[in-house]
Amino acid sequence: MKISILDRILLLLTGLLAAWQVAVGINGADTLPMIAYTVGFGVILVAGLLLIILGFDALDSPLVVIVSTIIPLSLSLGLVWEHLAAWRTGYLVFAIVGFLAILLTRLLPVKGKTPTIVLACVHGVAGMVIFLLPCILAINGATQPGFALVGVGGALIGIGGLLLSFLKAGRPILPRETILRILPGLLLLMTAAFVAGFALA
Amino acid sequence: MKTFLAKFKLYWPLTKSLQTGLLLSTGLAGYMSARCPVMHWYDFLGMGISLFLAIAGSTILNMWYDRDIDSVMKRTHHRPLASGRISPTEALRLGLVLSTLGVGLAVSMDALYGLIVFAGLFFDVVVYTFWLKRRTCWSIVWGGISGGMPILAGRAFGLGYIDPIGILLTLAVLFWIPTHILTFSMRYHEDYQAAKIPTFPSTYGFAATRATIAVSSVLAALSIGVAGTLIGMEWGFVRLLVVLSAGLFLLAVASVFRPTERINFGLFKYASLYMLCAMILLSL
Repeated sequence: MKISILDRILLLLTGLLAAWQVAVGINGADTLPMIAYTVGFGVILVAGLLLIILGFDALDSPLVVIVSTIIPLSLSLGLVWEHLAAWRTGYLVFAIVGFLAILLTRLLPVKGKTPTIVLACVHGVAGMVIFLLPCILAINGATQPGFALVGVGGALIGIGGLLLSFLKAGRPILPRETILRILPGLLLLMTAAFVAGFALA
Repeated sequence: MKTFLAKFKLYWPLTKSLQTGLLLSTGLAGYMSARCPVMHWYDFLGMGISLFLAIAGSTILNMWYDRDIDSVMKRTHHRPLASGRISPTEALRLGLVLSTLGVGLAVSMDALYGLIVFAGLFFDVVVYTFWLKRRTCWSIVWGGISGGMPILAGRAFGLGYIDPIGILLTLAVLFWIPTHILTFSMRYHEDYQAAKIPTFPSTYGFAATRATIAVSSVLAALSIGVAGTLIGMEWGFVRLLVVLSAGLFLLAVASVFRPTERINFGLFKYASLYMLCAMILLSL
């Protein structure tokens, strides 16, 4: 499916929002979460630019599954490091091991359902952290209510991740054309929710 | 007025506006990296005009000299000179007038700045185009040096002297040029073969060319990153530059290990966008 002008505009706006977030950083964040957020938003920025340049065919690359894992893992790591001090080391280990597991199961010829199970576990945990943690913190009053928007971004990234993962697995939830048509808008909404959530925290 | 507009429409493609604009942006970024936040708009404007005239003039002189090559290449045979819509004499006159005006204005503004602008024009037209382009694929090194002159000129104009950061920025453009030119020479390999122009792919093969692009991309990104840090670029902008550099590096690596035509041309486009973004960040 050919990428339209509207798609390019939406992706450009996504890239600009992500670039802005990388440039301004997150107020008060330590070194590790700052690196984690920079990686997360950096991948969104570069992915947006590559989609504009290469078109939707770029999604056919086997590297997409690996690269798209970086976004939820890095953002969730930043959130846990900032707000769940007791879980810092454990989650850092999970993020590293999870990424390596996806990397290995995607690059090596692993048979059976192992690659899918690994992907689902890692994405699932990271996605739930991004969705639930900001919402719980906002409801408890530990942060400003606007921080819940990060959770909304987490939900959107979860939807996008599911649609793409099943599409790549050959069992699409929606037709490929429909997924590609909504993807740029979904990416923009997700990035806008993240940026607004961090700004309002 | 109609005649003027018609001539302008005819002449404009001779300047390769995108390439000229990109080189102009490096010159302006070089100046702003030295002068921001205190700068004089009349200097900025004069520098922009002189650089534009000199770069556009040298581009027209290149096109005038290479019109025989352009006429046999599919990609360029429709250009105004190659297709006969402009006479060679007319193009030569235009190129000489613009180059003279550009260098003249540059010299009148500042002798060192004018000298660097002249050096850029000399390396590009005489050394690269007239002398080496048809003899060796290594001519792109001289093309790269001339491409690095606008940013050096801009910074030297802002400071009044040449400093190590200016040299580093020149090196950044020099290392970026292979990413830009070699991806292009791979895409239009057959065209260059038909025109009997030696290129890296025709001399050393595609694999070696891709490796060269990857290495030069890393060196370009490192040079810009170090220069940006030495200039005192804000950390947020350094972070952004690192992210954009990582994208350039990953695409270059992908073009080595998973070479496809789409990745190759994607790298070409990304490299142009990367340079423009890096120049904007250096200017802020």
